[in-house]
Amino acid sequence: MLEGGRVMLEVKDVSKVYKVGTFGGTRLRAVNGVTFDVGAGEIVSLIGESGSGKSTIGRMILGLSRTTTGTISFEGKDVSALRKAELRTYYADVQGVFQDPFSSYNPIFKADRVLTLVKGFFPGISKSEWDAKVEASLQAVRLDPSTCLGKYPHQLSGGQLQRLLVARALLLDIKLLVADEIISMLDASTRIDVLNLLGDLKRRGLGVLFVTHDLSLGNYISDRTVILRHGEIVELGATEKVFGNPLHPYTKMLLSSVPQLHTRWDAREAHSPPAVASTADAAAPALVAMEPDHLVATGHDGGGSLR
Amino acid sequence: MSLRVDDLTVYYRSLRGDVKAVDGASFAIGDGEIMGLAGESGCGKSSLGKSLIRMDARMRHVRGRVELDGRELPIDDDSQMNEFRFRDVSIVPQYSMSALTPTRRVGTIAEELLESRGVRFETVRPELVRRLQLVGLSQDVLARYPIELSGGMKQRTVMVLSTLLDPSLLIADEITSALDVSSQRAVGELLVEFRDRGFVKSMIVITHDLAILYQVADTILVMYAGKLAEKASAETVVHGPRHPYTQLLISSLPEVGVRFEETRLAGIPGKPPSLLSPPTGCRFRDRCPLAFAKCEEEPPFVEVGAGHQVACWKAAA
Repeated sequence: MLEGGRVMLEVKDVSKVYKVGTFGGTRLRAVNGVTFDVGAGEIVSLIGESGSGKSTIGRMILGLSRTTTGTISFEGKDVSALRKAELRTYYADVQGVFQDPFSSYNPIFKADRVLTLVKGFFPGISKSEWDAKVEASLQAVRLDPSTCLGKYPHQLSGGQLQRLLVARALLLDIKLLVADEIISMLDASTRIDVLNLLGDLKRRGLGVLFVTHDLSLGNYISDRTVILRHGEIVELGATEKVFGNPLHPYTKMLLSSVPQLHTRWDAREAHSPPAVASTADAAAPALVAMEPDHLVATGHDGGGSLR
Repeated sequence: MSLRVDDLTVYYRSLRGDVKAVDGASFAIGDGEIMGLAGESGCGKSSLGKSLIRMDARMRHVRGRVELDGRELPIDDDSQMNEFRFRDVSIVPQYSMSALTPTRRVGTIAEELLESRGVRFETVRPELVRRLQLVGLSQDVLARYPIELSGGMKQRTVMVLSTLLDPSLLIADEITSALDVSSQRAVGELLVEFRDRGFVKSMIVITHDLAILYQVADTILVMYAGKLAEKASAETVVHGPRHPYTQLLISSLPEVGVRFEETRLAGIPGKPPSLLSPPTGCRFRDRCPLAFAKCEEEPPFVEVGAGHQVACWKAAA
C-alpha cells in the first residue's frame, strides 16, 4: 500500500486448483495461498515465469475463472458473490486488457467497434456527449481520432490497437485495470509508449495490476512488486526494495538472468534455478517481513538459504 | 571470410504486388563471428535469415549473391541448396518448440534426419550423446517423445540436432523469445559455447531483443524496413550507435534500475512504412528527428569507422 492511498483490491489467501489429466484425476495447484492488495493510484506488478500462475490470478480477479479457496474483494465486496446487476457495476470499475491485441479484435468489423460496444453502459447518452467521451479517452491514450476511428484492425499497428483497448477501458471510468502481458507483443519502439501511458493513468488515480514476465518492464513502471513462483509468492514489497535488495534465492536468480544492455551476463554471478519442490498439496510458505514493506517467503527451500 | 552477402534482394509475392522484405543487403561475417540481427517485427530480419537456407514458395530472389567459405550458395535453386543444408548451413527455427515431429521419438527424428543426408546414425550417435550431455540433457531424451520435454529442453535438443554436422553457418531465429528468463540465459550461453567449441563456425542470431544480443553477439546488424541500417561491434551498437533509429531504439529500452518516476523513456513515434510500396530515399525519414532534404535520396551503407557501417546521411557526414 502506498501511503495515503486506499486499498481497492484485496486478494486474500487465494488458491486455484485445476483438474488435469485424461479424466481430470490429477490436481494441479496453479495458485497457492496468494495474498496481496492493490491501492488506488498504484501500479503493482505481478512477475513470474510461465506456469507461475500470474495470468490465473488476473483471470480470477476479472471473474473469468473462480477461486478454489480464498477471497478476492474489490472495495470491500467479495467478487465471487457478485451476480448480474452487481457484476455489471463491477465491470464498470474493473477491466482487463490482454496480451495479444490482434486477437482481441474481430477482423470483420472496424476496430472502433470495441468502443461502441461499451455504449450500453451509458443508457440515454446523447450522441454529442458520447463523442466527447470517446474523444477524451482517445486523448488520454494519445491516439489521434482521425488515424484510428473507422479503420479495420489490420490497418492499425499493435501499439495502436493495444492503446485503443486501454481507451475502451477508460471510457468506463474504471478504477482498476488488469493488464495481462499487454506489451509483450509490441515492438520495442512502441512498447514504452504503452508503459508511459500506464504511468500517466496512475497519476489520475487508476490502480493497475501489471502482469508480466519481464523484470525490467515491471521495475520501470510499478510501485510494488510481487514475485511469483509455481503459484506462490516468494517475495513482495516496494519495487525498489525487491529489486534493490532481493532476498529470496529465486528472485536473485531471476535478476541475474535478465539480459541487460550495459552489463554482461558473465560479469554477474550465475545462479542456477533452485530445485523445485512439488507444490501439489503443500501449504503455502509463510511470508516474513525482512524490512518495512518487504516480505520474503520462508520454508520449502527458501528458509535455509536466506541469509 | 566465412559468409559474404552482396546486394541480396528478396521479395515476397503477394496479390497486391511485391513485398520488398530484404532490399540490397550487403555484409560479411568472419570466421568465429556471432552476428546479431536485430529489428522490429516486419523489418525483414527473418526473411534475410531464411533466404540464406531455404526460400519458401512465396519468396523470390531478385538479385544479389551469397558466398559461404568461397563457394556460391545457389539460394534460388531449392534442390541444389539441399547439398548445403544441414552440412554447411543450418537453422534453429523460430518455433523450434514445435519443430520436432510429435509422433516420433527424438532419437528417431535424429536418425531419419541424418540418414536423409547419407550419414550413418550409429557413427554419429556417440557424438550426439556427448553433446546432449554437454547441454545438460541425458541420453534418455532420445527415447522420449517431444511432448515429454519442456520448452527449454526442446530448444536445447533442436540446437544439438541442427549443429550435429558442424555447419559453417548457423541461423538461430528468435530462439530465446519464447523462453523464461532463466532458460534464456542458459540458451544464450550455449550459443557462445557452441561457437567456442567449434561446433559452428559462425552464427547469425536473429532477435528483436537487443539486450540478449549484447550478451551473446560479437557484432550487431540492425535492420529497418527491409534495409540495413547499421552494423558494428555489439559494444559500439549499444554504447555509440550512429544511426538515429538505433539511437532511439536503444534509448527506449527500459533496464532494471530505470524507473518511470525518475526517468521517463520515450518511444519512437510513428510506425514502419509498408513494404509493398516503401518510400524512396531513407525509409526511416518519416520518423526521424534529424531528417533533412537530402534524406529523399537513399543513403548508402558506408563505413564510418573500423568495422562500423551506417546507412544515414547525417552519420556519414
